[in-house]
Amino acid sequence: MTSLISDEQILLFSGSMMEVCGSSKVTLREFGCEQSLLSRPDGSASFIQGETSVLAAAYGPAEVKVSKEIYDRATLEVLIQPKVGLPSVRERSREQYVRETCEASLLLSLHPRSSLTLILQVLHDDGSLLSCFLNAACMALMDAGLPMSCLFCGVTCAIDTDGQIITDPTAAQEKESRALMTFAIDSKERRVMMSSTKGSFSVPELQQCIAVSQKASEKIFQFYRDSVRRRYSKNL
Amino acid sequence: MKDTPLSNCERDFLLKAIEEKKRLDGRQTYDYRKMKIKFGTDYGCCFVDLGKTRVMAQVSCELVAPKENRPNEGLMFCNIELSPMASPAFELGRPSELSVKLNRQLERCLRNSKCIDTESLCVVSGEKVWQIRVDVHMLNHDGNLMDAISIAAITALCHFRRPDVAVQGDDVTVFSPEERDPIPLSIYHMPISVSFAFFLQGTYLLVDPCEPEERVMDGLLMIAMNKHREICSIQSSGGIMLLKDQVNHHDRKIASVKVSEITELITKALENDKAARKAGGRCGFAESVPQERITALKKEETSVEMTDVTDRASEIVEKAEVPSQTVPSPVVPVPGVGQVGQGLQDTWGLEEEEEEEEDEEGGEEQEEKEITMEVEQHEKDSRGGYFEFSPSIR
Repeated sequence: MTSLISDEQILLFSGSMMEVCGSSKVTLREFGCEQSLLSRPDGSASFIQGETSVLAAAYGPAEVKVSKEIYDRATLEVLIQPKVGLPSVRERSREQYVRETCEASLLLSLHPRSSLTLILQVLHDDGSLLSCFLNAACMALMDAGLPMSCLFCGVTCAIDTDGQIITDPTAAQEKESRALMTFAIDSKERRVMMSSTKGSFSVPELQQCIAVSQKASEKIFQFYRDSVRRRYSKNL
Repeated sequence: MKDTPLSNCERDFLLKAIEEKKRLDGRQTYDYRKMKIKFGTDYGCCFVDLGKTRVMAQVSCELVAPKENRPNEGLMFCNIELSPMASPAFELGRPSELSVKLNRQLERCLRNSKCIDTESLCVVSGEKVWQIRVDVHMLNHDGNLMDAISIAAITALCHFRRPDVAVQGDDVTVFSPEERDPIPLSIYHMPISVSFAFFLQGTYLLVDPCEPEERVMDGLLMIAMNKHREICSIQSSGGIMLLKDQVNHHDRKIASVKVSEITELITKALENDKAARKAGGRCGFAESVPQERITALKKEETSVEMTDVTDRASEIVEKAEVPSQTVPSPVVPVPGVGQVGQGLQDTWGLEEEEEEEEDEEGGEEQEEKEITMEVEQHEKDSRGGYFEFSPSIR
């Protein structure tokens, strides 16, 4: 009985996959980055994806408040500042996503009883904001020279009403989409470190989006590599 | 996080240098640092760089009910966000002394000087007016925040466009930017704050102090002025005594020169941005990233290869176990009858009694144990499922 159902499901899945195959929207908008652009923080970076831009600053390892001290590793604090008004629940939840991703990649046990602070300031929101946060965060942590086990990047995928996958969607595309997913992917094995989803989608669609994100992550990691190479090169 | 304190030798060095009319960054006494004004993609977003000090201002608006005593005047308020990004000494949460001071000065500079025509913000008298909100975020603190804030705030206000509204009877329609062009605010004048730092009991004076200079200064005088040489506000802090003449002639003259310079710069920046927007070119923060810097890199739009994506996804899906479709349904022996504790053996009473009996050894107890076990067995029967009367229980 169960085997029959699964056969049917697979047939259905392959049908939906055929649709996705012909997608031409799988592009990443132009992206840019500037590192150590602020003088006060230990590490800073601005990351731009199309029109979406985020400024990130990292402080640490530094003295920690006694109430926040963890005896065997550093305390990581992530703060997200919206452009207008005070941080709300949405910012808090995004802070948590970013914090958990950073905690997974940073070697926090090398700096016990100290504090790391990462501040993310929205400069302009035109879709894929969470992935931009993640990319800016990684660039700022790199700039601060904090030891990490791997790098990470964020990729946002949207599934529109026709079932097509759009990577790095703009705000207008996000609005029209049926489902929106953001994945944080590590640089070592291209594994998913964090996922955040909104809307409804099927299991194969999710797998497809993960596979696309893993492909897209290679482009972003190449960009990381290029920008670091440029930074430490002797001439432009 | 705490800020690193300034050491005594640094303090002495700075003061000695000021005495010799020298400054850390090679400026003259009345020089401003290099100023840069950039605009964001949306209207009312402005970045100001004053040397290494960097602030961002964003203006937004919404329709609210006016104050009762002023039914046909719009509202405006400022919010200065001392984000920990700018300096590790800034903390989120409760407003610090500095943030209150800056907020107060900005409100006096913008609101109390009536630089904005608040009456033009009225939509329906006594019911709906526009509330203009100015959010200023500190991005990097390298001294003289107030000047950077005031420049950013007034430039953002000049740059801002509010949506057009139409009133027909009681209906208020707000048009989106696509339907009707947004309207700029009507601004009468541009007040700009100029800071003077005093050292050694007011003997020495510096314009636009940087962060280390701010730490060793004795007093600060902030004069907000517009290009018509009208003073909008004066605030002196730090507890130094200033002579009337010193403020009146000396500082006012310097301030008026600086203000006219800055105003010119702002109008030029606004014109440039307007021209860029009219030309239809892209503008905003994304465009303003310097390309010539070694720390910056930009990449054009790239497509993601999709060759084996479908195969991989289908492979994973095929490998994955299909979640079971059947849900175990509860077995109901007799419909409409409540059940308690079906199936599981109750070992609570048993263990205790067994332990007790292990302690007391003897033949008589053994017999007793058997009897108690029998009784319990009966009890268990009656407990299982529902109660029923049968002759076996006595």
